[in-house]
Amino acid sequence: MAANTNTSTNTSTNTSTSASTKVNIKPRKVPALIDRPMSFCPGCGHGIIIRLIAECLEELGQDENVIFGIGVGCSSLLGGGLETDRLHCSHGRAGAVCTAMKRVNPDNMVISYQGDGDAYSIGIGETTSAAYRNERFTTFVVNNTNYGMTGGQMSNTTMPGQKTTTSPDGRDCTTTGMPLRFPELVASQFDAAAYVARGSVSTPANINKTKTYIKKALEAQLSGEGYSVVEILSSCPTNWGMTAPDAMKHLDQVVTPHFPLGEFKTRTKEQREVK
Amino acid sequence: MSTVKGEMIKGNEAIAEAAIRAGARFYAGYPITPSSEIMEYMSWRLKEVGGAFVQAESEIAGINMIIGSAACGVRSITASSGPGISLKQEGMTTLSDEELPAVVVNVVRYGNGIGTLLSAQCDYHRETRGGGNGDYRCIVLCPSSVQEAADLTVEAFDLAEKYRMVSVLMTEGALGQMMEPCVLPEMQAPKRFEWGFDGKYTNKKIGIFDRDSMKEAVALNEKYNKVKETEQRWEAHHIEDADYVFVAYGMPGRATIGAVAQLRAQGHKVGYIRPITAWPFPERAFEQVNPDVKGYISIEANATGQLVDDIALTVMRQGKKKGSDSASGNKSTGSPAPVYCNPHVYGVPSTKAIMEDYAKVLSGELKEVY
Amino acid sequence: MSKVLTKPQRCKQCGLCVAVCPKKAISFSTEINTAGYLFTVIDDEACIACGICYTTCPDGVYEIPGTN
Repeated sequence: MAANTNTSTNTSTNTSTSASTKVNIKPRKVPALIDRPMSFCPGCGHGIIIRLIAECLEELGQDENVIFGIGVGCSSLLGGGLETDRLHCSHGRAGAVCTAMKRVNPDNMVISYQGDGDAYSIGIGETTSAAYRNERFTTFVVNNTNYGMTGGQMSNTTMPGQKTTTSPDGRDCTTTGMPLRFPELVASQFDAAAYVARGSVSTPANINKTKTYIKKALEAQLSGEGYSVVEILSSCPTNWGMTAPDAMKHLDQVVTPHFPLGEFKTRTKEQREVK
Repeated sequence: MSTVKGEMIKGNEAIAEAAIRAGARFYAGYPITPSSEIMEYMSWRLKEVGGAFVQAESEIAGINMIIGSAACGVRSITASSGPGISLKQEGMTTLSDEELPAVVVNVVRYGNGIGTLLSAQCDYHRETRGGGNGDYRCIVLCPSSVQEAADLTVEAFDLAEKYRMVSVLMTEGALGQMMEPCVLPEMQAPKRFEWGFDGKYTNKKIGIFDRDSMKEAVALNEKYNKVKETEQRWEAHHIEDADYVFVAYGMPGRATIGAVAQLRAQGHKVGYIRPITAWPFPERAFEQVNPDVKGYISIEANATGQLVDDIALTVMRQGKKKGSDSASGNKSTGSPAPVYCNPHVYGVPSTKAIMEDYAKVLSGELKEVY
Repeated sequence: MSKVLTKPQRCKQCGLCVAVCPKKAISFSTEINTAGYLFTVIDDEACIACGICYTTCPDGVYEIPGTN
């Protein structure tokens, strides 16, 4: 491998000064579960997010033990490329579908994969009730602050003043409500929930952090601790009218202030033991 | 005189227990009068047999839970009434599209909107045509006794799985609430159907963009034609020589049988057809009817007459089949026999009321609908 | 063997990897793939196989063979 020769010429970043020190480069390969062309828009965060989920499933040895409940919206595009047991749920209803799947197939990993419209508008009842009942599956919500698939209408996570096709003058929160923060709701109101977090895919660092959240959420399911949810802020270059790199900056600068990142609920070792 | 055997049991409870014995191991639903006893029964009985019970937060969540458990291969059932079943319509068309079997019990109550708590038969059109989007159909079974309700519950599961469709047990408030002797079915061991999810992706699925609606339409028609061909169920008597044939299902069907017996005793040549499947409609029953029949009388408990439409369609179709100067037609005009209906709105019409309908047909006071 | 393998047919020209590559080793080709996008090419000399392109790409274009 030519690595040694090349690293020796990049002295500005190379911390190794000895030519005999070998730099270990970690192999990175897209999991077979999702290694297929998908129809997401160029620069959409969905492709990153589903890869992170697939990597975590592989690392936990659960990639051949999983059932997905997929939402309606941009998430539906997953149904064109994901090779697992999966149901394209009715709009908003993945919370209910996954409740039943986990109840009758408790030994399978059950994952709901939804957008903010599917999970928090039409599906707010099912999504919240699954959290309320502490169902043992994991919910991933991809939040891009609009209804992407149908052309960019206002969503419950659209920010104040944000222009969408149904808020052409900018969202007026006095009549439409403030952006909904679901992870905070679960963490503050549902004591038994096992793991609640919000991540972002705006930068490689955030992507890596989000992967750890995803993994912990899936681990909570594996140990049967309770409900787990990770909301992940994603870019929507198409409906935001921006290039993909600008959309990622927009996530950091404009969206994240409304939707703080981090872990809102984790269970301590003691709490896990008590169950 | 009665040959009915078994222990006294409430209709709703018989349906629930019959489902358990048919191997059902998942229930999700929401309470609504007059169906709630089914859910209440399941809330303790499923635990006893190692099944799963979820009191869903809404009717919509309930049917979507049924979708989830059916997708995993588990025999699943839910029950509701009136506006509750209305809420489930998206779920019904979804189950049909995914080709997932399930049993939905509609303990029918009268009225539009919120409706009333009166027993009725006002959901006939909706159950037989499907209230959700698209071309789907459900198998619709109509019991007229607690015993039949228990028996048809088992058949509902078998038929649903045989054809990968939804079976609707369309019963009535009165039947759900009343008690009768019933011999419950034998306990079956539950099994998962082999197309259920196992997490390993054993059964591959076509990607959403690779589905071919043209091909699927052909297969859909083939399926429904096969069901229509093979699964018609009915009870009929005295129709080969009848001047007038009553058609009625469920409890009004049972009352009609009593009315026909009384009318025959008085010398009137009347008969009855009692559909047991509303879909597929028992067209073959009508083939045995007296070719010189003078008319059909629908007995049903709703406001506008719904069953009457299917009777008319069948009679007209068979009239055409046999030719204009013979068979189920008026010899002089060559047209299909008239179809009458005096909708009884709600409840179960008494044999007296049914015989009054007949008298009005004879006197000309009740005009034909078709 | 290149430090990073690519699948040009997957590329949608979103530009995320170009923006985040710490060595500015990624650029767009002058040819289009079958979907009509200009696909990315990596300057293997400049590349340090950090894997950030793999991390950022939504479309599975990249594979890092790694060392064993």
